[in-house]
Amino acid sequence: MSHSAATAPPAPTAPPAPPGGAREHRRFTLDRLDLTYSPYVYIAPFFLIFGAFGLYPMARTAWMSLHDWDMIGERTFIGLDNYTRLLSDDYFWNALVNTFGIFALSTIPQLLLALFLANLLNRTLLRAKTFFRMAIFIPNVVSVAAVAIVFGMLYQREYGLVNWLLGFVGIDQIDWDGQTWSSWTAIASMVNWRWTGYNTLILLAGMQAIPRDLYEAAEIDGAGQWRQFWRITLPLLRPTFVFVVILSTIGGMQLFTEPLLFANGSIIGGNQREFQTLAMYMYEMGLVNLNSAGYGAAVAWALFMIIGLMSLLNFVLVRRAAK
Amino acid sequence: MSLTTRRSRLAASALAAITAIGGLAACGNDDEPVAGEKPGKLVLETFGEFGYEELIKQYEKDTGIKIELRKTAQLGEYRPKLVRYLATGRGAGDVVALEEGILNEFKSNPRNWADLAPLVDDHSTDYLPWKWELGKAPDGRLMGLPTDVGSLAVCYRKDLFEAAGLPTDREQVSALWPDWDSFLQTGRTYKQGSGGKAFIDSVTAVADAALFQQGADLFYDKENNIIAGTSPAVKTAWDTAVSMADISAKVATWSPEWSAGFKQGSFAATFCPSWMLGIVADNSGEENKGKWDVAAVPGGGGNWGGSWLAVPEQSAHHEEAAKLAEFLTSAASQVEAFKAKGPLPTHLEALQDEAFLSYTNEYFSDAPTGKIFGESVSKIEPIHLGPKHQAVKENAFGPALRSFENGQAGEDEAWQQFTKDAEIQGAF
Repeated sequence: MSHSAATAPPAPTAPPAPPGGAREHRRFTLDRLDLTYSPYVYIAPFFLIFGAFGLYPMARTAWMSLHDWDMIGERTFIGLDNYTRLLSDDYFWNALVNTFGIFALSTIPQLLLALFLANLLNRTLLRAKTFFRMAIFIPNVVSVAAVAIVFGMLYQREYGLVNWLLGFVGIDQIDWDGQTWSSWTAIASMVNWRWTGYNTLILLAGMQAIPRDLYEAAEIDGAGQWRQFWRITLPLLRPTFVFVVILSTIGGMQLFTEPLLFANGSIIGGNQREFQTLAMYMYEMGLVNLNSAGYGAAVAWALFMIIGLMSLLNFVLVRRAAK
Repeated sequence: MSLTTRRSRLAASALAAITAIGGLAACGNDDEPVAGEKPGKLVLETFGEFGYEELIKQYEKDTGIKIELRKTAQLGEYRPKLVRYLATGRGAGDVVALEEGILNEFKSNPRNWADLAPLVDDHSTDYLPWKWELGKAPDGRLMGLPTDVGSLAVCYRKDLFEAAGLPTDREQVSALWPDWDSFLQTGRTYKQGSGGKAFIDSVTAVADAALFQQGADLFYDKENNIIAGTSPAVKTAWDTAVSMADISAKVATWSPEWSAGFKQGSFAATFCPSWMLGIVADNSGEENKGKWDVAAVPGGGGNWGGSWLAVPEQSAHHEEAAKLAEFLTSAASQVEAFKAKGPLPTHLEALQDEAFLSYTNEYFSDAPTGKIFGESVSKIEPIHLGPKHQAVKENAFGPALRSFENGQAGEDEAWQQFTKDAEIQGAF
């Protein structure tokens, strides 16, 4: 290779080398090798890194979940005991319900709002489109910890802005982290604030891919904006929407930082675990408790399977609904 | 596309792949220090406020070894980090502080810690005897050198007391509450006099103070069986705490509202183990200097917290790290740290030191904190804390009390929540 590399590049002004001979043959072989194998080399870094930081930890977690595993001490193989223990664990089910509750409160309004905003931004008549498209993405750029801290302050009982504003309309101070519904709402509002713009942009990109002439034809046939949205935009947006729903599902199921900071860093999420999510429970069992890392790993795998199931379910539901 | 660019693309991608592999491999051996060599730098890992900043500067000047001080604000954040370091075998500081509440769970795997006995001079008679003994692991190795103990007191706001018609002199204030009942009565008087303002920060603060003055088994018995639901000491502390709900500001310790409360004056008193003085001062800020004072705790002294300095086995510099720990726990250093941030000495010589005994804390209205805390040290009874004491206290006892305080649960309901959670959290 070094030989050919030294001789191969022709001088820019020189005429092309005459055809024929061994040299031409070698060049042809290299060319074919390049075409056949270089794509694999291009994608190799991803798979190597994924293997080391994605696949290996997953396999290792699965292995851990079959053990009674002390983080800094003994470990014994116990088969599927950790998984059977999960089924009768109140905290696990509590975390599952919390996760779904916060997920529903954040994902559903968020996607509806994103759809609405994307549709607005897609209007041809809107001025300063680029400005609005960029502005809507800004919340997503802010670090999640900063968001959680600021929202945590807004929702404080004594000095919080939200309670202060509610006071004007005669609503008593709400102890936001003291009840299930209020803590879920507060956390969902952080998630919504952060991710609505992101989803709007993805949906907008999907809308832009819909051919303009469809709308023009509909316009000529006398279809109004609303009818166009239902009849053209929504059906053709389906693949994008499925993608957005699955992304939100994965994100929602893994919710961790917002509820953790909302609880001032307490891993149990509220005095009665009102907003402890599955990811927090996994962390509590796997890392905060020294001696239940195997159980934490089982929670992690349960979470993984739930995300898989949820994604599948959403995929099927959204496809069917859009038909 | 010309052949040249295609070929250079091939080379580039091969290079990228090699870099990626090389990058992964390199993770294994980044500047691994060579054992026996004098370290350029030692990492010292603490939580809360140990008051080591000035001492470190001095040590750096004396030895030429750079010290990196890594501080974590709360024990609750600090502990999981430490666990991670030990589990992965890397990342821990060369010297780490271990608090009494978490010491026992680390003792159950003593091999994670270097034996300090052969590395430092013999100090076995220098410290409070029970404190020294607690620093030893079950296998006999010396796991930690004693830093401080957490003798109890009450910090109170003189200006708020005065406004509510209470005395402000520390002797008179101490006389207001010989026991918890009179403390509660004082709180109610304050509430009336101040137009309904809260007297203390939270019932969990009461519970902690009351718990540690019991001098008996708390969540565990001596055989490390969990006895949280039946322990008389725990029940006494619980009952004391729940009785205080109506004079409490209901702000969880360490929460942002708690920190803000010091500045805002949303409570007039809180419980101050010696190490808490620095935290009260930091939270209240310069503008409240001289408004705080220190009085006696109702119901007699007690030991809330206190730490040891240990050297993780994974440190590459056992000897130098042990020397640093020895320096920081020496009599002179303990006096300096006390002056800086309040952790109470455990070194017998430091406790007799004139500089310690005569020390008055400027921030706290020149309260003679050396004398106040120094006198109480001798009264401290060692308590046996079980392996997961901290987890039971933080994730079962505290939350249950708070759910009662916030009105989420009735007293019986909250007690049931506590006993159920204690069984789960305390299992080892």
